[in-house]
Amino acid sequence: MAKIDLIVRRATLDGKEVDVFVSKGKIVEVKKSVKSLDADDAKVEEAFGLTLMPSMTDVHVHLREPGYEYKEDVESGLRAAAWGGFSNIMCMANTKPINDNASVTEMMLDKARTYWPKGPRLIPIGALTKGLSGKELAPMAELAESGCGAFSNDGVPVKSTKIFRRAIEYASDWNRVVIDHCEDPYMGVAAGVNEGEVSSRLGLPAQPDIAEALQVGRDVLLAEYLDLPIHLAHISCKKSVDLIRFAKERGVKISAETTPHYLTMTEDYLEAEGTEYDTNAKVNPPLRTEADRQSIIEALNDGTIDCLATDHAPHATFEKETEFDVAPCGITGLDTALSVTWQLVKDGVLDKDAFTRAWTTAPCGIFNLPVNTFAPGDPADFFLFDEGEEWTVSNETLYSKGKNTPLLGSTLKGRVKTHFIAGKKIV
Amino acid sequence: MKWLHKDLLDVSQLSKSEVMAIFETAGRFQELQERPVKKVPTLKGRSVILFFAEPSTRTKTSFDVAGKRLSADTFSLAKSSSSLTKGESLKDTALTLQAMAPDAIVIRHWCSGAARFLADRLDCAVINAGDGRHAHPTQAILDSFTLHQEWGDIAGKTILILGDIAHSRVARSNVVMLNKLGAKVRLCAPRTLMPPAVKSWPVQAYSDLNEAVKGVDAVMCLRLQLERQKDGLLPDLREYARTFGLGQKHIDLANPDVRIMHPGPMNRGVEISSDLADSAGSLVLDQVSSGVVTRMALLFLYMTRKGEE
Repeated sequence: MAKIDLIVRRATLDGKEVDVFVSKGKIVEVKKSVKSLDADDAKVEEAFGLTLMPSMTDVHVHLREPGYEYKEDVESGLRAAAWGGFSNIMCMANTKPINDNASVTEMMLDKARTYWPKGPRLIPIGALTKGLSGKELAPMAELAESGCGAFSNDGVPVKSTKIFRRAIEYASDWNRVVIDHCEDPYMGVAAGVNEGEVSSRLGLPAQPDIAEALQVGRDVLLAEYLDLPIHLAHISCKKSVDLIRFAKERGVKISAETTPHYLTMTEDYLEAEGTEYDTNAKVNPPLRTEADRQSIIEALNDGTIDCLATDHAPHATFEKETEFDVAPCGITGLDTALSVTWQLVKDGVLDKDAFTRAWTTAPCGIFNLPVNTFAPGDPADFFLFDEGEEWTVSNETLYSKGKNTPLLGSTLKGRVKTHFIAGKKIV
Repeated sequence: MKWLHKDLLDVSQLSKSEVMAIFETAGRFQELQERPVKKVPTLKGRSVILFFAEPSTRTKTSFDVAGKRLSADTFSLAKSSSSLTKGESLKDTALTLQAMAPDAIVIRHWCSGAARFLADRLDCAVINAGDGRHAHPTQAILDSFTLHQEWGDIAGKTILILGDIAHSRVARSNVVMLNKLGAKVRLCAPRTLMPPAVKSWPVQAYSDLNEAVKGVDAVMCLRLQLERQKDGLLPDLREYARTFGLGQKHIDLANPDVRIMHPGPMNRGVEISSDLADSAGSLVLDQVSSGVVTRMALLFLYMTRKGEE
């Protein structure tokens, strides 16, 4: 047996008290806890009363560095990820300059190594097209070689289906999956509110759900035609779910993510007393209807939607403290995702298996990342979670620079107490 | 009646009895319009800032006249002269205005929700003079006051709102107000200018003006923004005028003493024929007069709400 260098004692895993044995960053064994243990010179972490969870993977994050460090930078984003329970985060390319060349990718990775040498792991996502212009392919080979784990024009959907097709084909040569921001570019771009009863009453320019579903439909047909995978970002509505379900039944290589806010919030929030026109809930795609929310929950439970992602989109407070039309879209999410989605499990809304799959095995499977299932040989990426700890979401309790969440002032349950990545304690 | 509201953001905030109280107060001020000296000292020493971040002549002048007739000091702040054009945020503008310690701010802004944004941050009364496509409560109040003056009771009357409903704050506030007062409301517009969720509104929606106008007691025309053609919402103004412009042939289908309204400024020959605008049934100028007295009533109620006077 390998020399054990870390033992986590008396943690709760699936309702049982266990000890976890780690050697050289890998799980060696997880077994029923015993009263006394000869630890030799291994480090021992006492975890009594804490829940053991595999670290999560977030495939959709905006870190804002380079260019918008006042909103978030690599250091603060990884801090939020570490405390949020994430061992892997994939960051989008819409920085300034855009991540469409190796120097930007390398700079991000340098910063990550400098500030968080033990992790969380940062996996940059390269631009699909130069400058996110949708006109010329980005140098994907160079980007992949520098460390980009996927490609996406997130935030600026590719208008030309011809170029998008070529991007998917070219990305496949480098074994990288394309992530599509599903939004018809001509229908209510980035309006931040769903087209329907609420937007009609509030008098806001709005985005219909078909702006998303039209693009999902296009992607389903393209993926089938090319027999290549496409990952669909931040799915928010029933029409998209129906198309994804149809695609999967046909064996099309489509995968999809949704976010905690589409599982928990609807457009009604923007009209409710006290939160009317709250720009912290302005997000793209927008919060949809209750029927959409129910559909998203069902799709996550049955695996039609593969994974969860935060679409962590930090903005400065002054940018959100403005008129609704003017405010940027986006909700900060790395800090709150675990508490919010774990609460759904506790409430019986989300299956425990779906929760685990959506935050760990599915995203890692899609993007070929290390995953911990607590099997021998798995990376020792896990955290200890105090399920009972209540915390109030505030400027002080959020580790991200972004305080832009509709949850500000809310009390959530459950916090990460300790986080290990490859057997090394990071917080 | 003791006035409890700090701000007027939309008519949905008001109960029917509060609307009647506004009408009653406005009715009292109407008598003042007939006097040679049209001024009373009611709000002497009080200040009203007219903050119009979007061009407006009619509403701004109406508030200005209303304030001055009550002896309030009115100060204008237009977008061109405000720091908004220099890139200042609405929040900073709000804080600057707050520091000037006004008793009321009347705001017109191109963004829906802007009036609420100010109201949440300012201690003084905030009166919404139109925010984006959301609400135009004082227009709805003056419109229904005008009809109230004509008919006494609006309940049971059928009123058609005609034109660009989708982009109209006037239509939104009037739908709420007229329903509150018991009227039956119809809307008529091409589908491109109708809100997508109009089925959830308490109205009957039409795209055929000949059908929509049958038996109505009043028609409220809306101003058409001429750039809608460029937005791809209309083929051209000629076709709009032919199919949705109110003309005599439509009025012949309405009730005999139908009233015609328009919030102005009118595009004659586009949304309304010139003859109808000037006809005996037209209440367009009555709306202007009602605008002054209802705004006097609102300034009075909101600026004396603490009951000191």
